Amino acid sequence: MTPGVPPALGELLDQVTGFIYPNEIEIHWALLIVVYPYVTGLVAGAFILASLVKIFNVAEVQPVYRLSLLTALAFLLVAPLPLNLHLGHPERAFEIFLTPNLTSAMAMFGFVYAWYLMGVLLLELWFEFRRDLVVLGQRTPGLRGRLYRALSLYSRDVSPAALAFDRRAIRVITVVGIPSAFLLHGYVGFIFGSVKANPWWSSVLMPIVFLMSAIVSGIAMVILLYMVITAARRQPIDMACVDTMSAYLFYAVIVDFSLELLDFVHRLYESEESVKILGALITAKLFMSLLVLQILLGMFLPLGMLVLARTRRFNEDMRKLLYFGAVLLIQVGIFATRWNVVIGGQLFSKSFRGLMAYKLELTGIEGLGVALVLLALPFAILAGMVKLLPTTRLAAEASEPPGIGP
Amino acid sequence: VTKREFLKGAILFFPAGGLAALVRAAAVADTGTAGATKAGAADAADAPGRYDPARHYYGMGIEVDRCIGCSRCVQACKTENDVPPEPFFFRTWIEHYTVRRDGEVTVESPDVTGRRRAATPEDREVLRSFFVPKLCNHCANPPCVQVCPVGATFSTVDGVVLVDRDRCIGCRYCIQACPYGARFLDPRTHTADKCTFCYHRVVKGLAPACVEVCPTQARIFGDLRSKASRLVRFRRLNKLNVLKPSLNTEPKVFYAQLDGEVR
Repeated sequence: MTPGVPPALGELLDQVTGFIYPNEIEIHWALLIVVYPYVTGLVAGAFILASLVKIFNVAEVQPVYRLSLLTALAFLLVAPLPLNLHLGHPERAFEIFLTPNLTSAMAMFGFVYAWYLMGVLLLELWFEFRRDLVVLGQRTPGLRGRLYRALSLYSRDVSPAALAFDRRAIRVITVVGIPSAFLLHGYVGFIFGSVKANPWWSSVLMPIVFLMSAIVSGIAMVILLYMVITAARRQPIDMACVDTMSAYLFYAVIVDFSLELLDFVHRLYESEESVKILGALITAKLFMSLLVLQILLGMFLPLGMLVLARTRRFNEDMRKLLYFGAVLLIQVGIFATRWNVVIGGQLFSKSFRGLMAYKLELTGIEGLGVALVLLALPFAILAGMVKLLPTTRLAAEASEPPGIGP
Repeated sequence: VTKREFLKGAILFFPAGGLAALVRAAAVADTGTAGATKAGAADAADAPGRYDPARHYYGMGIEVDRCIGCSRCVQACKTENDVPPEPFFFRTWIEHYTVRRDGEVTVESPDVTGRRRAATPEDREVLRSFFVPKLCNHCANPPCVQVCPVGATFSTVDGVVLVDRDRCIGCRYCIQACPYGARFLDPRTHTADKCTFCYHRVVKGLAPACVEVCPTQARIFGDLRSKASRLVRFRRLNKLNVLKPSLNTEPKVFYAQLDGEVR
């Protein structure tokens, strides 16, 4: 046995149905690559939700504006980790920046990521939090105060003119940020959608479907976090805010579902060479994850719950429960969506004559353990940030000049 | 220094260059018998001792009806190129097609299954049966080269698609992008690996290992740029097809007598 050969490969050989090209037995993009688009989707979705406040002046969503941005940052910081861990040579990852192959969709990752992190998210966060960081830096003693001052980049100006500039800057960044968020996740879809060798991936709709599902998952995640954090703080949940967010969520799920249905019907109607094997793929390999988890439990059921919650037939507690259940199910559904794209696309042979099997490892770098840690990490980062930074604008202090208040 | 220049330089300084010249000289003196084993040698227009990639453009022809499915090419390839022995790492492999009278098609690779697993159908049930050798198609429009984020996989001037294992980051995008399943991840180096047309042999005027050992000369290697090459003759005398032409990858492995069932 050659050293380094994954031991499961020999077993998988017996689980092949039909004929596959011999090299196809290994599922090259495994669980970590499922985590990656899930995580970046949350980034894009949370940012777009935040943009509703600044660009479209949706005042109801204001209470979650900062939380959305912080959520986006927490997930964005984790996004490159699954990619890097999955590489055969993580130590060479930096080559993507140094010697990028300009015809490669993947080579653009570094630039899209760096732009979004530095050019959009951190910048907007800084302008949004600057005034509060200055205030906190002045009134907090010790190490923590020093940290606030460092985070404010030692700026001190909280004059009305400076704050007006902050607001203008945030507006400009958001205007640039929306297409950037679209780019970030649409681009992930393009990485898959542009693989002409793979009929399950190769679709012009892929970037759009990725984007819509990103918006769905991002909004659902912010609702979830808002409800959990507010409950943990023993504060009342702003139902107007949750109602508005879930209205957007409802429409996003509808659009997302329509796009995926369109893709499905289009494939079925065109009935190309690959239609038979893709049909076999769905019935034999993806029945649970696609039809049950993604469509039934991840879309239809939460849609029904959102409708029920909005009819206001129930009391507030029941509505909260319905919302909470719906956004939780949507997370499961979107994770299943990523799974079906990434793993599903590698379970059928490009000879269109057979199906492979995927065995989820528990340990190891591509195992369930690492994936769970990576999925938990953004929440830990977010918890730290929420503890450190005020998620609502600090009230004006008596010593401050007028015009600084919320 | 670009990779291309580097390779060129490396080849020029290759100590075996002199040996190649000798082989070539012998081939020129013996053109009549220089067959498949010295593909490209008889028509090499390089100056003695110098290999000029710009003068060559390699491809392969496969005469499906000649293949007897003996898998000697597969073994030779594994030995020559140190391919891991497990039955899921192949730079080349054989596919066995059986079309039954009821229209059902079964395909298997004797290299994977060893002894045939499926019960041999009764002769009278079989409509036709044949073997198809597969390998990297060294596409002129290669999707693997297009998607490699760091340029570790590249097309040479002489028409061969290679992987630089010192540059490959192991992202496996090329493996996903190849429509032919020709690539795998070498478990020892954690980098992508595939057929090189035995580039180390070819630049010395030798034929790839699989071509060398084929007992029926089902594989024809040669230089598309040379009018005298066996490959050009093969292309003149046969109706040819390539695999998955609709994907516009422009393969340079040409099949004669290719059945429509082969994908």
